[in-house]
Amino acid sequence: MSQQSPQMNGTKAWLLTDTPGSAFQAASGRFYLGLLDFFRNRLAVVGLLIIVTLVITALFAPLIAPYDPVAANLANRLQPLSADHWFGTDELGRDIFSRIVWGSRLTLYVIILVAIIAAPVGILVGTVAGFFGGIIDTVLMRITDIFLAFPKLILALAFVAALGPGIENAIIAIAITSWPPYARISRAETITIRNSDFIRAIRLQGAGPLRIITKHIMPLCLSSLIVRVTLDMAGIILTAAGLGFLGLGAQPPSPEWGAMTSAGRSFILDQWWLITMPGTAIFVVSLAFNLLGDGLREVLDPKSDS
Amino acid sequence: MNEPMNETLLRVKNLSVSFPSPKGEVTAVKNVSLAMGKEKIGIVGESGSGKSVTGRAILRLLPSYARIEADQIVYQGHDLQRCSEKEMRRIRGMGISMVMQDPKYSLNPVRTVGKQISEAYTIHHQVSKDEAKVQTLKMLEAVRIRNPEQVYRLYPHEVSGGMGQRIMIAMMLIPDPGLLIADEPTSALDVTVQLQVLAILDDLVSERGMGLIFISHDLELVSSFCDRIIIMYGGRIMEIIEAAKLQNSRHPYTRGLLNCLPKIDGDRTQLPVLERDDAWLGDDNHNLTG
Amino acid sequence: MLKVDNLNVVFGHGADKNHAVKEVSFLVNRGESFGLVGESGSGKSTVLNCISGLLSNWYGSIEVDGAPLSHKRPISFYHKVQMVFQDPYGSLHPRHTIDATLKEPIAIHKLGDANQRVERVLSEVGLGPQFRFRYPHQLSGGQRQRVAVARALILEPEIVLLDEPTSALDVSIQAEVLNLLQEIRRERSLTYVLVSHDLAVVSHMCDTISVMNQGETVEIINREQLQTGELKESYTRQLLVASRGYDRQAIDQFQDF
Repeated sequence: MSQQSPQMNGTKAWLLTDTPGSAFQAASGRFYLGLLDFFRNRLAVVGLLIIVTLVITALFAPLIAPYDPVAANLANRLQPLSADHWFGTDELGRDIFSRIVWGSRLTLYVIILVAIIAAPVGILVGTVAGFFGGIIDTVLMRITDIFLAFPKLILALAFVAALGPGIENAIIAIAITSWPPYARISRAETITIRNSDFIRAIRLQGAGPLRIITKHIMPLCLSSLIVRVTLDMAGIILTAAGLGFLGLGAQPPSPEWGAMTSAGRSFILDQWWLITMPGTAIFVVSLAFNLLGDGLREVLDPKSDS
Repeated sequence: MNEPMNETLLRVKNLSVSFPSPKGEVTAVKNVSLAMGKEKIGIVGESGSGKSVTGRAILRLLPSYARIEADQIVYQGHDLQRCSEKEMRRIRGMGISMVMQDPKYSLNPVRTVGKQISEAYTIHHQVSKDEAKVQTLKMLEAVRIRNPEQVYRLYPHEVSGGMGQRIMIAMMLIPDPGLLIADEPTSALDVTVQLQVLAILDDLVSERGMGLIFISHDLELVSSFCDRIIIMYGGRIMEIIEAAKLQNSRHPYTRGLLNCLPKIDGDRTQLPVLERDDAWLGDDNHNLTG
Repeated sequence: MLKVDNLNVVFGHGADKNHAVKEVSFLVNRGESFGLVGESGSGKSTVLNCISGLLSNWYGSIEVDGAPLSHKRPISFYHKVQMVFQDPYGSLHPRHTIDATLKEPIAIHKLGDANQRVERVLSEVGLGPQFRFRYPHQLSGGQRQRVAVARALILEPEIVLLDEPTSALDVSIQAEVLNLLQEIRRERSLTYVLVSHDLAVVSHMCDTISVMNQGETVEIINREQLQTGELKESYTRQLLVASRGYDRQAIDQFQDF
């Protein structure tokens, strides 16, 4: 960085200086470099754009959607694509485009809640197990293994069956089935970090386990976890859609994408748009999260550091 | 000073190596020239001095994005810059061999060391398996392994560091190369084991009439082991000096390196700190990094 | 100041049992610089880890200032004893700035006026304020080791344990770090325990030296003995010969110990 051209403008110079004057400046500089790295990856940017679009769509759904997503109009049922109904209408005459727009809220709702529940549980279980080792590790990891032993969708199905159908229960079920891989990743990272000299050094300064785990180990697990969660988003969307498809997720008439594909199934041959439109939405958003995750991996991977 | 005593084995003229980087081209080696015969020549420098890159550039072992330029790299009449990859492979075994720092990374972990050494032999010699094994055992004996039959059957993780490095030397010397490039071959070893391994290397080199390029950061060790020393800094050769005359060197960098070492008989005063001088690098030192 | 008596460390059990340190005893006076020298596997670093409290599977006795240490150390212990590690690349948290690394012990011990303390200790190890908010990857190996020294100093200990503090550095940088360590010891009247495989470094830094091999103390010598070569044990003599460079004849006399 010492060779940056002198005509570099003020902000950039401030960000890229080799001698930051405050912790904030140092962190911003690091963030900026990460951002530059990220934007070098075209596909990741595409993924990010799609997700930003999804978020904007969800936020402004009432303004974007031309029709009420749940108002049935039987006179208008099963209309093909047209200027009035961009994505056609479904078996109850509802505008599919509007339903997909409103459905983006449900999709975001599911993935955000799952991430908020599953990721912290996973990182906590993983770092605690990895740091202490011994009996604590064995107990926590065997519990994790029990959850990992079942296929995700089957386990989610079992939970939903027990809790009763509905989107909240679907979220809980998906969260319960999602944390074990995060615990595994965090544990593996923790074990490699635990014996490093910088952790020994902080132990020799009197830091207790709580401080070491939260301030020194967790930040290092975070990057791989963020990448993994982002990559998992696609799976979460698919599981949510799967539950919806099986009638165990969001209940009619809510415009959940999975439930929509399920409803459109009976019309797949003659009215292809019923299933294709929500299916495409699921596909595009899942893909976007995968692209974003790959991009983040390149930026955040601690191995590419220093 | 730049000419070897006996016939020339390897001649390198104006070798430069640079690597592309986001911040522009980074020069790792600049205008390095050397000529050597059947002798032990040491390349000494600190990290980033370009000593390892020089060794690898000669054998064309650098990644493909490296830019290598040289007026001449000739080994016994073979122009190494113009050799095809096939000819190069031949030269890498029977002409020039290389031993690297850590045997753990250079040996295949899932094959016995004996198999790996005998394979190195059969690649270059048309012989039966049994003959290759006989040669391998002989070679293991030559690197003073006391029970070659037993070591032949061991896997790389079952041998100690010193033994591993002897095995590497056996493997590199079995095709009978004319020149061995040893890149920090003993830095990972304890000092006594290090010297024992060097003694083996020394004996083999003189018995077989080979040349040796010994790359190391340890000036004292190199000066007691090699005939001539090339001192590198910042990708440039600072000076080429006979090992025996090292203590009389006048080059400020060499002097600095010698002086900053703590000595057992030293008087414990502050160690002189090496002052670096950009003038040593010549005029084009702008894009040089460590 | 520091007294180690009949220290033993055993790793593993059954067939994998490894008696890594056997009956090691030594005494370090206040203000003294004590060296532990040996080849790999000699147990020298293990001894250091027992003193620092990183290892707890030892038996025997370790006393600091006359008070015996238990396996679990009270928080006040860390004001007395600090450590500098070998690898400057591994001993700093990669995601923390130098400032954050140095402020952490201040926060743990609730010392207050963190900014002044950080500034003071950085200038003491010869790093200007421009380094304060850098990340470790923006520093060279020598600079990182200076930060590691600063971190050890910030709690103002009396004993500093040095585990091969310069063996990962270039010789010119080694000279700078050794000078710094000497200077700091003088200024703060510190007690050092230095672990190294390099006789020259130990001889430069230490008054009394314990030579270790295979977990046992071979002999405890002083610096003059090293210089005159008046050594009792042949192991030490061989080590001395080996550290003087390559000598083809001498190598044939080498024994396995």
